[in-house]
Amino acid sequence: MTSLPSTEDPITPPSPKQRRALVVMKDVSKVFSSGTVALTGMSLTVIGGEFVSLLGPSGCGKSTALRIIAGLGDTTTGTIDWPSSRINSKGLPEGDISFVFQEPTLMPWATVFGNVYLPLKLRGISKSAARADILEALDRVGLKDFVDAYPRELSGGMKMRVSIARALVTKPRLLLMDEPFAALDEITRQKLNDDVLRLWRETGITVIFVTHSVFESAYLSNRIIVMKARPGRVHDDFPLVTSAERGLQYRTSEEYRATCDKVSRSLIEAIGFPLADGMELH
Amino acid sequence: MSNPAPVSNPGPSFASLYGETLLKILVPILVVCTLLVIWQVGVWVSGVPQYILPGPIAIAGALIKDWGTLSPALWVTTKITLMSLGLALLGGVGIAVALVQSKWIEIAFYPITVILQVTPIVAIAPLILIYSPSTQVALLICAFLVAFFPILSNMVQGLKSVDHNLLNLFDLYGASRWQTLLYLKLPASLPYFMTGLRIGGGLALIAAVVAEFAAGSAGAGSGLAFRLLEAQFRLNIPRLFAALFLLSCLGVVIFAITSFISWLALHRWHESSLKREN
Repeated sequence: MTSLPSTEDPITPPSPKQRRALVVMKDVSKVFSSGTVALTGMSLTVIGGEFVSLLGPSGCGKSTALRIIAGLGDTTTGTIDWPSSRINSKGLPEGDISFVFQEPTLMPWATVFGNVYLPLKLRGISKSAARADILEALDRVGLKDFVDAYPRELSGGMKMRVSIARALVTKPRLLLMDEPFAALDEITRQKLNDDVLRLWRETGITVIFVTHSVFESAYLSNRIIVMKARPGRVHDDFPLVTSAERGLQYRTSEEYRATCDKVSRSLIEAIGFPLADGMELH
Repeated sequence: MSNPAPVSNPGPSFASLYGETLLKILVPILVVCTLLVIWQVGVWVSGVPQYILPGPIAIAGALIKDWGTLSPALWVTTKITLMSLGLALLGGVGIAVALVQSKWIEIAFYPITVILQVTPIVAIAPLILIYSPSTQVALLICAFLVAFFPILSNMVQGLKSVDHNLLNLFDLYGASRWQTLLYLKLPASLPYFMTGLRIGGGLALIAAVVAEFAAGSAGAGSGLAFRLLEAQFRLNIPRLFAALFLLSCLGVVIFAITSFISWLALHRWHESSLKREN
């Protein structure tokens, strides 16, 4: 697997066909039964093909927002619409969403193959019919040689790759990722960032990525939503129209620095520390 | 592995590994043999009469001589133990699955299971004897009741300790209740089930013996516990020891089988069956 994308591989803007709203959150609020207000009046329209990061301090409701989009919990008020999807009885776009959790969330009793097979198995697809798709998904994350391994035999980064392969195997239109690499070391994390970026380019999938890392969001996304805590709401919405290639070179580029700077300022504002004039953020 | 091993680090040689395994088997056998010899010599030297303490040789003799009486009894006890364990597995797993299906089923029935569990089964045995069509059925019910609860409570615990993220994942992919049970909850509770199986297997044998003591069964269909009591009444102590020896053997075999099943089911993935590599 090439974890280092070639320099001739620019960020592809969404093609016109994809430029349609995929999911529309309108005035979504969420109050937990404990009385905690997790989200207030959050509105967000995600366009097909976007890579959107939800960035914010802990308690800003970014994970809650992601779970609500996935249908793992109801909204207290407000609506979620899927303008370009077929909706099932639960109000969710059938088979269009995949979720990658912070932990790999693998079944320890099943092999890598068995874990990736799960979403297809639950749809009643036979193992032989699913085989090609499973191997393709594993190939995409570079784990084709570990088909018969058990999760305990894999490193943290490899487990996360299995989790990503499982999310990709259904060929979803929307990939939701909830701080997927937060528990990994920096090197593994950068590698996986490049992999996700490559997958996004190759498949044209839409990604909503929850993170608390400015650098990760600036590296990955073409749009960053900065969120504010207590109660959770949208603070800033940065469209990052960048022509830069993202790879090792981008990590050290001036443009990346500038983006990080801008996003950091916004995040600090969102957290509520006023920034003194001329204060440097690096 | 086709590469030649580096000379600097040959690792443990085959002979030394093999030797250690052999020692692990030989040492306990040696200890047991020594104890038996001490026992036999002690009996000879002290001249204790056989109706108080027979030596191993006398016990072995009784085992051979009385095999005609003891072997059917062994078979009866084995049958009752295994059948009650089988029923306990079916019942324990089935009821555990039913209990966790809904909060209200659990609230409604959990107290009953606790009451049944904390009541000493020996105390119910006379009642069971009255209502049962035969002594054998009564023994079966007693052994079942004792083996059933550890399996039930372990299973309930296992079914409830499923990783919440995995449950979310199953929800996300629209898994039905049945699929969640079959592909997630049952495999996830396998380690708990195996613990229940090992405890239940041991308890089933104990209960089969204790219930037979309480029932005081007699005649052709009686098990090892009755033969044990009978030998005591007749002061045939070598036969009592022989019966005891057979009970121990049965217990060891049940333990070995349940442990092996547990190893088979878990050794590929569960921490409890893994060798620590550090």
